[in-house]
Order: sequence, then structure tokens, then C-alpha cells
Amino acid sequence: MAALTPPATGAVPTAPGPKSVRRRARPRVWRGAVGLIAALYFLGPMVFSVIFTVKVPGEGFTLGSYTGILGADGFWDSLRLTLELAGATIALTLLLLVPAMIAVRLTAPRLRILLEVLCSLPLVVPAVALTAGIGSVLQWGPDDFANTPLFDTFNSIQNPDFPVVLLLAYVLMSLPLAYRTLDAGLRALDLATLVEAARNCGASWPRTVLRVVLPNLRAALLNTAFLTLALVLGEYTVASILGFQPFAVWIVSVGGSNAQLSVAVSVLSLVLTWVLLLLLAAAGRGRSHRSPRTSRGGAATAPVTVTVTVTVQENS
Amino acid sequence: MTTARETAPSTAAGPSSDAAGGAGTALTPTPSGTTTRRRPRSAGWLAVLPLIVFVAVVFGLPAFAIVTKAFKTAPGAPGGVHWTTGNISQSVHGAYLTALWGSVKLSALTAAIGVLLGLPLAHAVVTSRFRALREAVLAASGVLANFGGVPLAFAFVATLGNSGELTRALHLGDHGWSLYSFTGLSVVYLYFLVPLMVLTITPALEGLRTQWREAAQNNGATTRQYWLHVALPILTPSLLGGFVLLFGSAFAAYATAAAIVGSSVPLITLQIANALSGNVLAGQGNVALALSLDMIVIAGVVMALYLPLQRRSARWLH
Repeated sequence: MAALTPPATGAVPTAPGPKSVRRRARPRVWRGAVGLIAALYFLGPMVFSVIFTVKVPGEGFTLGSYTGILGADGFWDSLRLTLELAGATIALTLLLLVPAMIAVRLTAPRLRILLEVLCSLPLVVPAVALTAGIGSVLQWGPDDFANTPLFDTFNSIQNPDFPVVLLLAYVLMSLPLAYRTLDAGLRALDLATLVEAARNCGASWPRTVLRVVLPNLRAALLNTAFLTLALVLGEYTVASILGFQPFAVWIVSVGGSNAQLSVAVSVLSLVLTWVLLLLLAAAGRGRSHRSPRTSRGGAATAPVTVTVTVTVQENS
Repeated sequence: MTTARETAPSTAAGPSSDAAGGAGTALTPTPSGTTTRRRPRSAGWLAVLPLIVFVAVVFGLPAFAIVTKAFKTAPGAPGGVHWTTGNISQSVHGAYLTALWGSVKLSALTAAIGVLLGLPLAHAVVTSRFRALREAVLAASGVLANFGGVPLAFAFVATLGNSGELTRALHLGDHGWSLYSFTGLSVVYLYFLVPLMVLTITPALEGLRTQWREAAQNNGATTRQYWLHVALPILTPSLLGGFVLLFGSAFAAYATAAAIVGSSVPLITLQIANALSGNVLAGQGNVALALSLDMIVIAGVVMALYLPLQRRSARWLH
């Protein structure tokens, strides 16, 4: 280390020109190399997946595996189940969180810590462990409540047509990301002033929330909805272990008999996720143009960044 | 929703009676400050109550079941149901210990590689002159970090699996390559861990001010010295936080591994799922819960390490 210092200190005063040029040119090459390698690694599997699905040995190019998706056994049922679950999850998550977060911000700032802890708890329990716990709670039905009215409750929340137990699990799993997204949205808003202004103008409380607060939270609400949708679309762990068959579980079960078909569905679901997140980014950017508050420090992308880090734990 | 409506009128007392001072609102003019203050607080509680109930039931019951049943014998066991530490000790011995160790090894290795690869990539992105490229890479990272699970597994099966395109084109099988192994799984995990690292470290890299670099250069520091003595010490909490977060993600991952390797690589998540679905021995359900408890403890430690690190690194972002 000590040996390095003298030449460097000597070089700067004598030849500042060439030195700075070299310093700038080298990172550019290095940056390009890093980018190229990353692009190869990250685009490779997608490109090869597409090739895999359109190339049938001996037949050449075909789109059969994509057209085959629509007629595949169980495709529509699993897709319907997943979309219903996603819709219900988004609705229940927002209903639980939005009133709580608004009220806490306006009236009881001390409860924020409680709220944050409640919403971060699911992070400590990995999806597999949560499923194990849910499974053993569901065992109480036949074991301990067999002759009580509760038994029917246990049965009805496991109805394969619409498993409420999955809905509850998904809402719990989406709490951390939903909380952070909404919190980022609320942070960019001067809620107290906004509400005060609306109330002073004579707006009733429901009107204030529906016409003033929620429209201002539009981007955060959309973010939450999209990310929750992505979570439910990709969720495999809970559903597969509890024995239900939404979309992701269906893909795997199809993969056993028809690898091409399941890869094709995977490609489609990736494209769908991609489109959703692009929409999300666009919504965030649209917001940042209108209010200077969010554009500071790239806050428009921040909600996506923060929440994405959370989802992975649940989904993969 | 009903709670929101109920809370709404009472919260009105605070701001509007102070600011508007009876400007036509239908509120009863209560001059005393005590009532206006007590009401909003109960409103906050009322609005949070549904969430508390929800978490207590949906999170509390399973957690309670895990903790109690992990310390009880299985219903069919000789001698009836009684308290025991047998499940826990079984969960850290034999095949289960191998699985636990396998998970820790895989998570630590992939998290370390993820940090090492994510940092230069994020740096290249952050220092890029093209704003569009930066945004595109960050958006792509968001997608890829979310791309875990089943679709990721199938993309890699199609690329590097036994009959994958790349495997056949390059005859990788002849060179001993197998996707369904520890190495193969590591390659797949990096696919969502590296983008996750890019997302985590980018704010910290953006917090590195150019003035610091210029100051270092003006004082005669080489690039190497700048990184060693200025940038890396500042980034260390973020890097450690990133490592811990990546470790947690890899440790909790189940879908990817389940869809790719089945059970040829011993991982704790796969073992829990196997024990739950009765694929191994009957009566292993409580051992699965003990394993879950092991996982929760490790995940808890991970979060306990991550949160202070995140707070520490957040200090430089302003």
C-alpha cells in the first residue's frame, strides 16, 4: 500500500491531462464488458426458452405449443382461480391497509410502529414454514372440532373452487410489500394539509377520502395492486403444498407430460409480468412529472425498488 | 370499510375545529382540548383493529401451531401426545441436518456471488451516461428479481436442462454439466439474486457523491485507493445488508428448487414439503413443523441483522 502512494502523488501534478483521459476511457470499456456479460446471462435463458418452444425436432418451426395452451386441460380453470384469488387478495389487502394507514398518519403517529411491525412479521416466516403452520391449523378441523359448527367453517375455507385459506395466506404474504409501497406513497404526500384543506372547503369525510386522498395515492395504490397481482400469479409454494391448483401449480403439473407447453406458458407469464411492471413504472413516472415532490432522488422508481426486494422472498 | 366510516367523523374533530373554528361544519363546538385529543387516538385504534385481528388469526394461529406442535409427539405415537424435544433434535440430525446445511451452504454461496457480481453491475448501471439504459436495467432488475419460482425454473430447464437448447448445442452433458445439481441450482438462483442485489445496492451507489471521488483524486488517491478507503467503507453496511437479504431470499426459496431438482439436492424447504405431504415416513408432520421452526429462527436472525444494517446505510443516502 505504501509503495503505491508515491508514484500516484507524483503523477497527478506532472501529467494531469493524459491521466484523466485514461481514467475515463478505461471504465467505459470495463462498463461495456460488464453490461455485455450480464446481458448474455440474463437474456440467454429467455431467448433459448422461446427457441425451445417453437422448435420441434424433425418438424422445424411451429407455434403449436402456444396455440395448444388455450385448449390444454385445466388451463382455464387454473387461470380463473388465480385471477379470482388475485382480485380478492388486492381488494382485501387494500381494505385492511389503506384506512389503517391513513387514520394512523392523521391521528395516532405512535401506532405507526405497531403497523410496521405487524406488516413486517410475515417476512420472518418463509412461505414453506407458513404453509406448514396453516396445514396443521387446518388439521384442527377434523381432529378437534369434528362435531362442532366450526368444522363446516374449516371445510368451507378449503373449497377447491375458491379456497379462502389461500386468499388469507396471500393477503398475509402481500402485507410487507403493500405496506412499503403505500407508505412510500403517503410519505410523498402532505396528508394532514390535504385533508385539512378538503375539510375546510366543506367536504364530508367520505368525500375527502374518496375524492381527495385516494386520487392522490393513485400511483401507490396501482403499485400495490400490480405487485400483489404479480405475487399471486407466481405463487407456488402455499398452493402446491396445500393441494390446490392455481396457475403456477398447473404449469408444473403440465410440465411432467408436456415440457414444451409448460415452457411456453412460462414465457407468456413472464411477458405478462414484464408488461405489468412496465405499466407500473410508467404510472410511477407519470406521477413524478406532476408533483415535484416525488421526483427528488428518483423517488418515482423507489417504491418499485423497495417492494420488489420483498416479493422475492415470497415468490421464489 | 365500516371502520373507516366510523373513524372518519371522529377524526374530524382534530384538524377542522382547530383550523376552521366552526366555519359551518356540523361538529358540536367542544372547546375543551381533552376530548378532541382523545377521540382521534381511538379512531386510529379502530382503523388498525381489523388488521390486528387479521394478523392475529392468519399469522398467529399458524405460528402458535408451529411452536406448540413442534414440541409435541405425533397423534399416533406410542404413549399418546405429550411434550417432547424429540422433533427438534430430530430436525437437526441425519438427513434433516444435511438438508439444513445444504440450504445454508447454497444460500451463503449464491448470496456471496450475488453480491460480488451485483456490485460491479450496479456500478456500471449507475455511472452510465445513458439515462434510458439505467431506467431500463433497473426496470428489468425489478422483473427479474420477481422472476423467481416456476417460470424461472422452466426457462432454465429449456436452456440448460438435460434436453435444453444450450446443453445439446454445446454437448455440455459430456463435460459433466447437470442443471439438477448444487452447481446447477446456484446458477439458477443467481438469476434472481443478482438483480435483487442491483436493486438493493443502487440507492447506496447513487449516494456516493462525485465530490468525494474528486476530493480523493485531488488529494492524490488512485482509483484503487479511493475504492479501498472511501467508497467501500461507506458501502459496507449496504453490501452486508444486501448479502443478508440475498441469503434470506435464497434460503426461503422453494418453488424454483421444487420445479427443477425435485429432491436430488437436499434443501430444507424441499424436506419440509416432503414431510408435510407424507412422502417420507408417516407421522413426520411434527418434524416438519420443527424444521419450520428452525427456518423461522434463521429467518428471524437474518431480519434482525438486516434492519440495523439498512438503517445504518440509509444515513448516507441523504
